[in-house]
Amino acid sequence: MKTNRRQFIKIGALGTGGIALAATTHNWSFAADLVKKYVAGDTAGQRTATYCEVCFWQCAGWVYKDEDGEIQKIIGNEDDPHCNGRFCPRGTGGIGQYHDEDRLKTPLLRTKENGKDVFKAVDWDEALDFIAAKMKGIAEKHGPECIALFTHGSGGAHFGHLLKAFGSQSITAPSFAQCRGPREVGFLTTFGDIIYSPERTDIRDSKCLVLIGSHIGENMHNGQIQEMSDAIDKGATIITVDPRFSTAASKSKFWLPIKPSTDMALLLAWMNVLIENGWYDKDYVERYTYGFEELKAHVQPFTPEWAYGITTIDPNVIRKTAKEMFDASPAVIIHPGRHVTWYGDDTQRLRAVAILNALLGSWGRRGGFYNPEKANVPDFPVPEFPTPKRTPTEAYEGKYNLANEVVSNGICDATIPTPDKNCSFKMWMVNGTNLMAALPNQKQTIDAINALELLVVVDTMPVEITGYADVVLPECTYLERYDMLRKSPHREPNIAVRVPAAQPKYNSKPADWIAKKLAEKLGLDAFFPWKDMEELLDWQLKEIGSSLDEMKRIGVKKFPRTYDDLYFAPGEDVSFNTTTGKIELYSTDMEAEGFDPLPVYTPHEEPAEGFYRLIYGRAPMHTFSRTANNPNLTDLMDENTLWVNPKVAKLWGLEAGQEVKLKNQDGIISTFAIKVRITERIRWDSVYMVHGFGHNNKKLSRAHGRGINDTELITNVKVDPVMGGTGMRSNFVTFITDIYSTENEKKS
Amino acid sequence: MKEELIISGRMNQFIDPTLHIWHWHIPLYLFLGGLSAGILFFAAYFTITGKEDKYPTAVKLAPFLTPVLLSVGLLALLLDLKHKTYFWRLYTTIRIESPMSWGAWTLMVVTPLSFVWSALNIKTLFPNWDWKYKFLYDLEAFFRKNIKPIAWILLIFSLILGVYTGILFSAFNARPLWNTSILGPLFLTSGLSTGAAAIVLLSRNHAERLTFARIDLMLIGIEVFLIIHMFMGFLASTQVHIEAAELFLGGPYTTPFWLFVFTLGLAVPAVLEMLELKKFHLPYWIAPALVIAGGLIFRFLMANAGQASRWLY
Amino acid sequence: MRYAMAVDTKKCVGCSDCVVACQTENKVPIGYCRDWVVEVMDGTYPQLEIEIRSERCNHCENSPCVRCCPTGASHYADGGVVLVTPDECIGCGACIASCPYDARYPHPDGYVDKCTFCLDNRVKKGLDPACVSVCPTKCMYFGDLDDPNSPVSKVLKKRKFKTLIPEAGTQPQLYFLI
Ligand SMILES: Nc1nc2c(c(=O)[nH]1)N[C@H]1C(S)=C(S)[C@@H](COP(=O)(O)OP(=O)(O)OC[C@H]3O[C@@H](n4cnc5c(=O)[nH]c(N)nc54)[C@H](O)[C@@H]3O)O[C@H]1N2
Ligand SMILES: Nc1nc2c(c(=O)[nH]1)N[C@H]1C(S)=C(S)[C@@H](COP(=O)(O)OP(=O)(O)OC[C@H]3O[C@@H](n4cnc5c(=O)[nH]c(N)nc54)[C@H](O)[C@@H]3O)O[C@H]1N2
Ligand code: SF4
Ligand code: SF4
Ligand code: SF4
Ligand code: SF4
Ligand code: SF4
Ligand SMILES: [Mo]
Repeated sequence: MKTNRRQFIKIGALGTGGIALAATTHNWSFAADLVKKYVAGDTAGQRTATYCEVCFWQCAGWVYKDEDGEIQKIIGNEDDPHCNGRFCPRGTGGIGQYHDEDRLKTPLLRTKENGKDVFKAVDWDEALDFIAAKMKGIAEKHGPECIALFTHGSGGAHFGHLLKAFGSQSITAPSFAQCRGPREVGFLTTFGDIIYSPERTDIRDSKCLVLIGSHIGENMHNGQIQEMSDAIDKGATIITVDPRFSTAASKSKFWLPIKPSTDMALLLAWMNVLIENGWYDKDYVERYTYGFEELKAHVQPFTPEWAYGITTIDPNVIRKTAKEMFDASPAVIIHPGRHVTWYGDDTQRLRAVAILNALLGSWGRRGGFYNPEKANVPDFPVPEFPTPKRTPTEAYEGKYNLANEVVSNGICDATIPTPDKNCSFKMWMVNGTNLMAALPNQKQTIDAINALELLVVVDTMPVEITGYADVVLPECTYLERYDMLRKSPHREPNIAVRVPAAQPKYNSKPADWIAKKLAEKLGLDAFFPWKDMEELLDWQLKEIGSSLDEMKRIGVKKFPRTYDDLYFAPGEDVSFNTTTGKIELYSTDMEAEGFDPLPVYTPHEEPAEGFYRLIYGRAPMHTFSRTANNPNLTDLMDENTLWVNPKVAKLWGLEAGQEVKLKNQDGIISTFAIKVRITERIRWDSVYMVHGFGHNNKKLSRAHGRGINDTELITNVKVDPVMGGTGMRSNFVTFITDIYSTENEKKS
Repeated sequence: MKEELIISGRMNQFIDPTLHIWHWHIPLYLFLGGLSAGILFFAAYFTITGKEDKYPTAVKLAPFLTPVLLSVGLLALLLDLKHKTYFWRLYTTIRIESPMSWGAWTLMVVTPLSFVWSALNIKTLFPNWDWKYKFLYDLEAFFRKNIKPIAWILLIFSLILGVYTGILFSAFNARPLWNTSILGPLFLTSGLSTGAAAIVLLSRNHAERLTFARIDLMLIGIEVFLIIHMFMGFLASTQVHIEAAELFLGGPYTTPFWLFVFTLGLAVPAVLEMLELKKFHLPYWIAPALVIAGGLIFRFLMANAGQASRWLY
Repeated sequence: MRYAMAVDTKKCVGCSDCVVACQTENKVPIGYCRDWVVEVMDGTYPQLEIEIRSERCNHCENSPCVRCCPTGASHYADGGVVLVTPDECIGCGACIASCPYDARYPHPDGYVDKCTFCLDNRVKKGLDPACVSVCPTKCMYFGDLDDPNSPVSKVLKKRKFKTLIPEAGTQPQLYFLI
């Protein structure tokens, strides 16, 4: 298989074995339906504790069944600080994931039939035996370190444990270098601590919330949206900086319609105004920060008038908004955002955000940033993991030293063999991340995959990445499985449990079972000494004075804080986890790595004539590409549209609802067409679409061919030298109005 | 620029972008109801006035159509119902405010009477008809004795039926185009006109034909007056009513309405009937056929355009 | 007793949780809905404003749908809530045509369905309607207008509001805070 170029496996390419197995699966589920009907008994109102997996806010809730014993609805758990009893639309519609009849149903193995790659349906033993044999071979030949795990979501804990037991620490998620990475590093280098998820932003008590590109309201991270609404009720000022009139912008007192890619200039000008006018927390700055004088000198030239020329924001508005922030301080939040890999200098931009917060004294203050605490739950005792011969960061030698997590694109690049690399990755295990949508520069990803000896994909749906797999393992959905306890940091330490509300459908299995089974086949039983998840969870819970039985009843449990340190006490001496022990306005870490210790403005690429900047974001009803086929959520929104300013539409003669294809600066043409939405809500130099659509796997009956996948047009990637983040917003597109002729053009 | 969109929900194929809950069934049902009402009205009227022999087609022949027309109309209504097996629920209550309800009850009166009427005149079609059973003969005798009261009932209920075909629409405030009290008289007039036209078509008697052509001409005159009145009313009303009228005044329904309904269905037959009265000899069936076709198209256009007109908010 | 609902257009973000929560709670079949979300945007970049409304049956006090129903299937229930009794409905569509808000739809089982204010399955059990209880921005208020302490009475006292198409004379009981 190694020498073969991998063919993407399309629909219909299911081996003969598959058809037979599919048929038996059908019978089985029919029998199950009957059983459900006559044996289930009184199931109406029965509820099962869970936490949501539709996004990574992980709200805890209750799954309810109807009279027929069928999963009917999911409602938030009242005691859960992540959701306060209210799920977001995606969580409420999460049941669609369970009911989706397009789900992966059985393990699939890539084989050749008549010279064509096809998937053969196999049973679990055959699939896992195949993987185990391959893994042993790779470990013998190249070392276990040459296996990497890409994961996003709960399954990562199980497969990560397996991989560590096997001898590799190369575990990575797109939620770092494609998402939060720059903000965590920007805040780590400034405050010596990260933002975490859920964000430690004290929005509910904030008097002024500044959103820079962060589109809360479309970004439906539940706690944030709930608290923003509370803040609106309490009369907080909202300031939104966005080139697009986002939903949040429409709720804001000030909307700053910034020219895209110029935020750094605005941030510097705000610093300039705050410092020039003495609008900063002098006591706080003096007590806690390092490098104020350097900062003051540094921002002195960056006047609002200077920023106006760059950002197109009225200097008076810059001054007025700075005053609003100061008046609200310290109950003010310059929000760090979450998906912040935009232009390649993102860590520096997030440093600027961190510095603004430091000047206003909001870190460690009510209405600013609180100090979160996590429940302390011991791990089930297992033997010590073997020490890998190479750490994952050696893959991208010498680069991204400030990254505090593994850089996914670093692993991806290192997988493509070059003469100077001593060992590149030979196997990927991909769990719960559709790399074809999550990683920009698809060609790079495909090149890396083609260099692999084995690609194992664990997913619930037949998505794009499953088409490249050698082995596809169908995981059951979160409603059909146990998982590790949720123990994210919050105002109060808390835990939540996930209990299966139904048996896994078809021939799917939970990640914990897959990992344990595979471990047994690899002779790693010692690392999985528990009988099953119930035993594991019950042991953990008893260690902290609870039990699985109790958690099944209550779903969420809160614990008292260890110290009363949610906020800094007035005049408290605080030591920060930075080199200087202070909040580093002037970053010694950055300086040591050869980066600017104070953020500077660098101009970014601009669209050529006839091209428009491609910007993207979230729709409240969907999560990335993972919900695009969900029957409940496609009912709300079944495709993305291309937002075009009326001026641009007129110039191009575009009509509302017309379908166009897009071509980017590198000549890449979108696979599918997208409908035009003519709206004043977007600037004339940009177009906008919601990320996560344009699926090209035909097995997704509701999602296939609906809209465009923005990722395929993101080929110009601006890698952040500080932490490896993939800046994705320097891509420019033009319209192809004759959508049929381009299809020919692409074929020939 | 103003942008108004439904972000989500309303994936209701019968509502958006415009209402289309009613297809061919309801306009056909209303047309047939109006036509039957017209025929039965004339039959009853000339019976009451004692002119059965002068207008044999109107009183005896044409009513034979009505049991068929009404049954087909009721069948169309039944087909339109989406919860058909609950059809009988219509007859468990009388709801005065609901035109649908009193329409159903009116038909409940008119349809049996149309059968009775036909039965009484069965010998005009089949001179050798034999009822076979005695009680049927008794029944026939009973009805024949009471023919005047029956004619009165029929006269009143045929008028109600005719008005109902219009009120069914005009009761719907929600659809600005239907929201006019003229629709009742207008559909009644149109129904009478198609009824008269049907009589002309069937009649072998020149004098009778001329009388009904004259009646039809008068009815067409009233109809044109009412139509003009209706549009003037809309144009003098609120924005939504103006927009509703504009469906016919430049909008998508302009050509079908002014060409097929107004010109071919009203103006041309009126001219032909005038010529006929002035003793020009043309094929006599053209004018009534056009009137009937015009009446049918009119119902369809009003049903569809009405569903396309809506309040904006 | 007079049940009513108020939706705060200043807080609603159009997320449509109310739509999907209604579907799962009330088993509204996929492809249909009892509530929906409207966005109205006005202005020229960058002078723009948006109003977002979560809409449903207005439970009109003077409701044409009840008036025109030939069987009495559409009726006023407790607290003025307008309901349809499926077993009495013949599916004639008159009520659908009569509603200026297009709040009704023909259920695939034949009868006509619409928002019930979750009267029987939730409100009578002391719960808020499903859409109200799920809304992440807490922008919906429900309760009895005759009770001055109900959430809806209190918020209507405090805030400016409007109803939809008041000129249609239906006297809607769904209020929009503006
Ligand atoms: N172009 C572009 N790229 C982006 C972004 C963007 O906005 N635009 N956003 C970036 C950000 S912020 C992030 S966090 C990442 C997110 O990246 P991902 O998390 O990879 O996002 P998805 O595309 O939703 O892929 C998730 C996959 O997990 C599968 N899945 C869902 N539930 C389960 C489960 O329970 N078990 C298993 N095994 N699989 C499951 C889904 O079927 C789907 O194939 O993407 C990043 N990439
Ligand atoms: N419904 C929903 N909610 C989600 C998710 C989801 O998939 N669906 N994903 C979750 C995850 S993992 C993440 S990371 C977050 C992401 O959510 P955010 O952190 O809020 O996302 P961003 O991509 O930073 O924000 C997109 C916004 O940035 C604006 N923008 C584009 N270019 C620029 C620019 O140059 N400057 C400025 N100031 N603004 C710009 C766009 O117009 C858009 O409004 O959302 C989370 N919440
Ligand atoms: S925010 Fe929504 S999708 Fe994310 S975990 Fe919570 S309910 Fe689920
Ligand atoms: S759930 Fe609330 S915020 Fe979301 S659309 Fe409905 S009313 Fe608006
Ligand atoms: S909104 Fe429509 S369906 Fe609801 S009560 Fe009013 S008229 Fe009837
Ligand atoms: S469809 Fe049903 S509820 Fe509506 S008017 Fe007809 S019978 Fe009444
Ligand atoms: S009140 Fe109940 S029935 Fe009405 S829209 Fe809300 S959830 Fe649906
Ligand atoms: Mo993310």
